[in-house]
Amino acid sequence: MKSSVITFPGSNCDRDMDVALKRFGFKNKMVWHDDVELPKSDLVVLPGGFSYGDYLRCGSMASKSKIMKSVINFANSGGMVMGICNGFQILVETGLVPGVLLRNKYLEFICKNVFVKINNKQNTYFKNIDNEVLEFHIAHNEGNYFCTEEQLKEIEDNEQIAINYCDKEGKTEEQFNPNGSIKNIAGVFNKEKNVLGMMPHPERMIDPYLSGKDGSLFFNNLINNLK
Amino acid sequence: MMVNEQIAIDHGLKKDEYAKICELLDRTPNITELGIFSAMWNEHCSYKSSRLHLKTLPTKGKQVIQGPGENAGVVDIGDNDAIVFKIESHNHPSFIEPYQGAATGVGGIMRDVFTMGARPIANLNSIHFGSPQHKKTKNLLRGVVHGIGGYGNCMGVPTIAGQTNFDSSYNGNILVNAMTLGLVKKDKIFYSKAAGLNKPVIYVGSKTGRDGIHGASMASASFDEKIEEKKPTVQVGDPFTEKLLLEACLELMAGDSIIAIQDMGAAGLTSSSIEMASKGNLGIEINLNKVPCREANMTPYEIMLSESQERMLIVLENGKEEKAKKIFDKWNLDFAVIGKTTNSKKIELFFDNEQVADIPVNTLVENSPMYDRKWKKAKLPKKNKIKKEDLKNLKIIDVLKKVLSHPNVCSKEWIWQQYDHTVMGDTIQKPGGDSGVVRVHGTDKAVAASVDSSAVYCWAHPLTGGKQVVCESFRNLISVGAKPVAITNCLNFGSPENEENMGEFVECVQGIGEAAAYLKFPVVSGNVSFYNQTKDEGIKPTPSIGGVGLIKDYKKMITMDFKQVDNVVLVIGKTEGHIDQSLLARNILNEKNGPPPEVNLFNEKNNGETVLKLIDAGHIKSAHDVSIGGIITAISKMCIKGNKGINLKKPKYLINEIEYYFGEDQGRYIIEVSKDSLKKVTDILNKNAVHYDELGTVNEDQLFINEKTKVLIDELTTSNTNWLINYMSK
Repeated sequence: MKSSVITFPGSNCDRDMDVALKRFGFKNKMVWHDDVELPKSDLVVLPGGFSYGDYLRCGSMASKSKIMKSVINFANSGGMVMGICNGFQILVETGLVPGVLLRNKYLEFICKNVFVKINNKQNTYFKNIDNEVLEFHIAHNEGNYFCTEEQLKEIEDNEQIAINYCDKEGKTEEQFNPNGSIKNIAGVFNKEKNVLGMMPHPERMIDPYLSGKDGSLFFNNLINNLK
Repeated sequence: MMVNEQIAIDHGLKKDEYAKICELLDRTPNITELGIFSAMWNEHCSYKSSRLHLKTLPTKGKQVIQGPGENAGVVDIGDNDAIVFKIESHNHPSFIEPYQGAATGVGGIMRDVFTMGARPIANLNSIHFGSPQHKKTKNLLRGVVHGIGGYGNCMGVPTIAGQTNFDSSYNGNILVNAMTLGLVKKDKIFYSKAAGLNKPVIYVGSKTGRDGIHGASMASASFDEKIEEKKPTVQVGDPFTEKLLLEACLELMAGDSIIAIQDMGAAGLTSSSIEMASKGNLGIEINLNKVPCREANMTPYEIMLSESQERMLIVLENGKEEKAKKIFDKWNLDFAVIGKTTNSKKIELFFDNEQVADIPVNTLVENSPMYDRKWKKAKLPKKNKIKKEDLKNLKIIDVLKKVLSHPNVCSKEWIWQQYDHTVMGDTIQKPGGDSGVVRVHGTDKAVAASVDSSAVYCWAHPLTGGKQVVCESFRNLISVGAKPVAITNCLNFGSPENEENMGEFVECVQGIGEAAAYLKFPVVSGNVSFYNQTKDEGIKPTPSIGGVGLIKDYKKMITMDFKQVDNVVLVIGKTEGHIDQSLLARNILNEKNGPPPEVNLFNEKNNGETVLKLIDAGHIKSAHDVSIGGIITAISKMCIKGNKGINLKKPKYLINEIEYYFGEDQGRYIIEVSKDSLKKVTDILNKNAVHYDELGTVNEDQLFINEKTKVLIDELTTSNTNWLINYMSK
């Protein structure tokens, strides 16, 4: 399986994602934001970080960079595109996934483990995962997902909500919402479910010596689903 | 403008210093030259009050590649890997403008590390605030934490450990000390020594603006009521540009174009160019019209003294300019050839085709003032007057809850959750433990780091306090299974012109030196921050020690959480019940007199090395050093972290229980071992003549002393976690 990780100026989880993808069997290529052509890929990842220093709005400048034209075309033709953290913010700015990401409710950066409930397993990302709940890791300042009521209804009807913040048991109550996201939303798909944007960092959960191992489960499953 | 003595005094120079400048130049300096002298000769850059004493510190060792004098220290960790590290203060700016002050402190120290070719792999910080009740404290704390996070998070470097203390002596002067560790290949370390004639001098990074002019001078003076007017001297940070600068510099460093490189930190272009020339015994000629400026009509004086952030000065090999420029263009950074190296041994500056400065380098560096300031030796205070009977009346559990919720003991999770501590994917021990630990990427090795200070002990007796801090750092590294390698120190003190403050400095340095030499824990880098005082009121002497240790096999790392019910818990080291200057005495009994706990370096070393042996042999399940709050505080934290309890045996000593549990004797560790290995462990301890007491056994959920004295761990957790959250949400 071939993957590509896009590096924007200010990306800082690009190496971590490269390490993770390679560990689980992807042949990964790093792609510079200023390039025009996307290498042949089964998966394109927009990594976390602070592309363009979060200036203007998180993700907005990166969404206009040269490579993004190819990424958008790739996504629109059914290609798998995953945006993590800042990558999610970029996806939102391109309009590939609906909604916006506001500043965290308590106005503070949050770095900690969280539980997320898988809301939809009818897609290449989460198909065949036995668990209902995964332990992931978040590290962000602007992860407060928001959308209009009409949009919310639409993404609910289309089952575009990928994961919700919850507790160990999968309860998605407000108290388990770290950042104020509407409906505890931690990740969303596009209509076709080939594009996934999410705030949690699975690449930081690939080793029991790090924060945990549910990231391993996620990547293992993902590459098997792609095969 | 014609320079005269008054203008020199307004620049923070003393009369005799100005006279010396005129004598060295054999003429009156012009205003640009005066600015340069004032920047190089202030306390912050010249170390004029501290140099004499810093020379006494042990700086060499088997693993030391580079000691003090470069941008940062470097130690060898085997396999051609080296760790570059340093701690630095950003106290004055952080008090004036907490967000930017703290942010640029973090940015500055990271630049010091990647200037040497190392990719930063971990950040730490030691921050000190005034009393929680003081009206400024909450905002300063919030601002500093946001600033540290704002910069470090954006850079993508994990903040893995730190320390936060509160004490009213910091009401008018907070401390923000930032430390960075970087990883470099031993044969790819870069230095600031220029070499060769007619080599191009290159400016890269951000443009120069009018921010931070005289920042270093501001940091070399006390505060008064006009402090708000100093805001323009605080630099403004842009971590995004620094991230680009980091990547661009490392990309350029992968080749062979660079002869010397130096970041523009305190005193900006002035100190960076002079340092490179001085180390290389060369001259440097700069055309200031070539310096990329952010604002129009900047004068040579402003350009030379600006402390705009995220800038570097590089001496390149001839003919490599195009190749280097390409890299900086790729990262959208300014790149300008602004001058060349010369054999004049002078700093020669040109602007609009006129020479605007012509100063022999040695007058700025070797001939800079050095003072042997008067200092007063501190006496060891007499024992305090706490009566044994008073101690007996205390209820252990009540006191314990107070101690666990004390601002200096309570959980700092509210702080470190705002720092990205997991980016780079190698953080295997996050904040909240004895040390932070990161793996050396792609290897079995890991590096542990801790930052410590014990201002109360240093205040009570500087010599003992100085020794104690080094020992505490040593213990914090050992507690996670790391072999201590070297330290960096950030020496925060009041005015050196005050004999008592100077005495505190001199004796703390002596103490640090003595302990560092004995423990073979050399000082490889550091910084001095004097004048931490508002008007006449200075801070408690606060040397912060950043310790670095090596774990050869990261799978052997130890954490402090209790692991398993029925395991046996021991305290290593002798408990004599030293209550003077303890948290109990000072904060519960309100007795602030008395000597700090004595430091016995032999025991410290022997106990520590023996614990390491036990860890290496795989006998230890969890470990934690005993520090403020004594044995019972240490144990409670192990219970809280592990979500387990402990049955404590009655100690069989003459001292009473309160002294036993809350005393702050040094050289101690709590360790958890399995019942099966207890015999082996005690044999090793006995063989090495290490004193230990068996404290008890791990249970499910409570701290149990006897039927009347017990508490659920959940209650202790609440005491420990709530204080800071409640304080910040009010």
